[in-house]
Amino acid sequence: MSNPLHDRPRPFLEPAYCKGCLRCVEACPRHCITPGSAINPSTGVAPVELHLEHCNGCGLCTQACPEPFGLRLHEGVSHLEGRFQLEDPAKLFGRKRVQVTAPEPAPDAELPLPDCAPLVIKGVYASAIGAVLAGCRHVFGYPITPSTEGAELMARMLPPLGGTFVQAVSEVAAVNMMYGAGGAGVPAMTFTSSPGFSLMLEGISYLIGAEVPSVFVNLMRGGPGLGNIGPEQADIKLACRGLGHGNTQAIVLAPSTPQEMLDLTMAAFPLSFRYRNPVILLGDGYLGQVTGVVRLPAALRRPGRPDWAVWGDREHRHNLINSILLAEADLAAHNEHLGRKYAEMHRREQRAELHRCDDAEVLVVACNTPARMARGAVEAARARGVRAGLFRPISLWPFPIDALSPLLARVERLVVVEASAGQLEDELRLAVSHAGLRLPPLEHVRRLGGLLPQQDEILARLAVPEEVLR
Amino acid sequence: MNTPVFYDHFERHAHGEGVKGHSTHYCPGCGHGLVHRDLADAIGALGLKDRTVLVSPVGCAVFAYYYFDVGNTQAAHGRAPAVALGHKLANPDAIVVSYQGDGDLAAIGLAETLSIAQLGVPLTVVFINNGIYGMTGGQLAPTTLLGQKTATSPGGRDPTMGRPLRVAELIASLDGPVYVERVALFDPRQRVKARRAIEKALRLQAEGRGYAFVEVLAECPTHLKLTPELAEAWVRDQMVPVFPLGVKKDLVPEPWFHRDAPAYDVERVLALAGAEPAGGRASASRKDGRAGAAAPRDVGIKLAGAGGDGAQTAGLLLTRAAIAAGFDATHIPSYGPESRGGTSYADVHVADDEVLNPAAPEPDLLVAFNAPSLAKFAPAVVPGGIILYDSSLVPQPPPLPAGRRVLPVPFAELARQTGRPVTKNMVALGALQEATDLLPRDGLLLTLRQLLKDKPNSLPANEAALIAGARAVRAQARAPLGADGP
Repeated sequence: MSNPLHDRPRPFLEPAYCKGCLRCVEACPRHCITPGSAINPSTGVAPVELHLEHCNGCGLCTQACPEPFGLRLHEGVSHLEGRFQLEDPAKLFGRKRVQVTAPEPAPDAELPLPDCAPLVIKGVYASAIGAVLAGCRHVFGYPITPSTEGAELMARMLPPLGGTFVQAVSEVAAVNMMYGAGGAGVPAMTFTSSPGFSLMLEGISYLIGAEVPSVFVNLMRGGPGLGNIGPEQADIKLACRGLGHGNTQAIVLAPSTPQEMLDLTMAAFPLSFRYRNPVILLGDGYLGQVTGVVRLPAALRRPGRPDWAVWGDREHRHNLINSILLAEADLAAHNEHLGRKYAEMHRREQRAELHRCDDAEVLVVACNTPARMARGAVEAARARGVRAGLFRPISLWPFPIDALSPLLARVERLVVVEASAGQLEDELRLAVSHAGLRLPPLEHVRRLGGLLPQQDEILARLAVPEEVLR
Repeated sequence: MNTPVFYDHFERHAHGEGVKGHSTHYCPGCGHGLVHRDLADAIGALGLKDRTVLVSPVGCAVFAYYYFDVGNTQAAHGRAPAVALGHKLANPDAIVVSYQGDGDLAAIGLAETLSIAQLGVPLTVVFINNGIYGMTGGQLAPTTLLGQKTATSPGGRDPTMGRPLRVAELIASLDGPVYVERVALFDPRQRVKARRAIEKALRLQAEGRGYAFVEVLAECPTHLKLTPELAEAWVRDQMVPVFPLGVKKDLVPEPWFHRDAPAYDVERVLALAGAEPAGGRASASRKDGRAGAAAPRDVGIKLAGAGGDGAQTAGLLLTRAAIAAGFDATHIPSYGPESRGGTSYADVHVADDEVLNPAAPEPDLLVAFNAPSLAKFAPAVVPGGIILYDSSLVPQPPPLPAGRRVLPVPFAELARQTGRPVTKNMVALGALQEATDLLPRDGLLLTLRQLLKDKPNSLPANEAALIAGARAVRAQARAPLGADGP
């Protein structure tokens, strides 16, 4: 009767896969393994040498080897022993590649809604309801005035819908939970306000790099620092020019009414999945708190599953969500790929509202709540015989230059109205400059410190041009 | 033999060229490789390959996704538990593994580590403690031993740099985790324990029993500047006394983790959104009974008082009633530091077409519930506007601007007579409607009934308050808004 120990498989080693750490040498109780004496030319290290005369197949050496293709026991191949020390198993058996069958993307479904009475709700609630109608069931956030009520409504609405609201330990954690859920291919979002948005910027850079969809609702408050909780528009530069490190861009949408808070939140999700990129909804703090009439859309959305999702099943097993590309050429190619996406966003996703612009001689440029004041000023100016119009960018990035450029040739001056120290104006100037257009004389009405420009001060600037800057 | 969980060929490692197609990026003798093999074996042995999502950290294991033939995600530094939680909540059937080193887990990511461990959602965290930052070149880690020399503690760690953090004990002190063990790799016996611990931590997740944490004392021969053999001895002799091996926590709760699939059915969503089918509720149309002179096309109203006066509730009721009647309307609560000072004011706009500025810095109508509000806002009321104030609280009003219609109404006194003093805001609304004819007849009443449909007991007093406010104004000379402007 043969000794079963002698039938146990023996270790084998492809020398090129040995790094010569010698953990196996120490592990072998029978001293069957010795440090290598010859350097392997393909690795530059000396692989260990096996002397298996006394080996009883105990396996301790293989358990000590840190390399997946290092020392291994192989059932049923003992007749090949020895040959393995010389030949690559890939050559022996033919190179086995991972068989990947690309999963089919599951499309979204639209479920029609009945006619409903209009809701009378706060802007931030409208945004939350818009997200739920868009199929979002995963919301991650951290309380911060004046956006917190969005999270509060989600905490009530999502559990009965099989969804989840997680109050994270910080905005940093929240954005990374979005990275996880978004990487699994589900629509994920957060509500935040300026200081919290600052904390999320690193995560947004990763989301963009790894091409993970996600929606951010940032209700901007007064800054810098802790500032105050009054409304401001001073995160335009962050959203349009400063989404963390690297070559980052994202579509930035600027609602101006509770209705648009719902509509644009709903629109943000398919945009974020179409481009596999975050979408930023940028509102002023006032917009989150103002209650107004909100009509529901014709349908709600049941999200599908994208083919790239890291879902945790066989079909999607080969997928990877990742933003590290070590080789310069790979990272350059990835950046070029992102750049092509940004160019397509720029081509396809510009949005603007033009109010009485057709014959306007003076054009107000404003977004968010200040655009409402500006519209009132335009109407009042018209009543006084001033040919005023309102150009309201709805996408701040890409700036809707295509809609603006035909107007620039005719208008005599621009008045940029904003609750920041010129961040909207900078976007306008950049867009005009990139388009190679002439900028008409430009004035501005600005309010800082948690206040919004008011209709009368805008009107004063429309009716009486005091200070023409250029 | 288990299902192989490593890729047959490491395509993601330098495009799989040459030896890199079958070798890891780890230094010779590194503990990571051993733990990778343990984790791969455990995933294979439990048959979890098709369900697993591995979260690679920042640190030496940043490239774990090169090797494991499972769903892979690579996280930002320290954020692997947050990413893992996102995956687990997106797909509760997924087996999510957060694989992290000591810098990642115990320094930059400590907040995520602790808060997500305490959540207790079933996750498997594999923590590689080698006492040093490997990827960045051998700097001080939270787990670096006292006296240990690193690139940023060249004279050895002294207590002013902090003492080594015992993470397994910290995690075990939380209520969230069900299983916490510290294992090592320095001899065959330890390696067997490490493999079993990792398998157990995965099984607890697969069975929906809870969060499991395995700390592995691992060798970093490169930055310890020791041979792998001496590094093993260093872990055994230097690290283990500071980081005692063994099970720190071991509960075996019944499987509890379950989440319903997300629901998208229309009725449930609409109910949660508070939406009702169109035409389902009685509303007064703006065409009905609007007897007074045409109201301005955009009326700005400010309701101001102290917290508890009900200015916000009244403002919202007015907004809802106006929208139900077919106007556009907005409400915005007082905003900014004023709201913390005991004052509360609401700006409401009612417009024929579209409300533009939702703020009312110069209101057409002011409703003042107390003397400070009256003094503060009355001067801003536009000429021809209306000032309503609570004459039971402000018997002697301050000098008020000329050219405004001033209507003193004892809000509080009339509310008291209804038996519910809190209805003074309804007295004010009744007075406002009577003074302006702003909304169609019964517009406020119908909206009030709608809002209080679940609180029928409080309806009679509120209705009585509305009527009392209207009567009080009717008793004074009635004139439409703007009729006595300058």
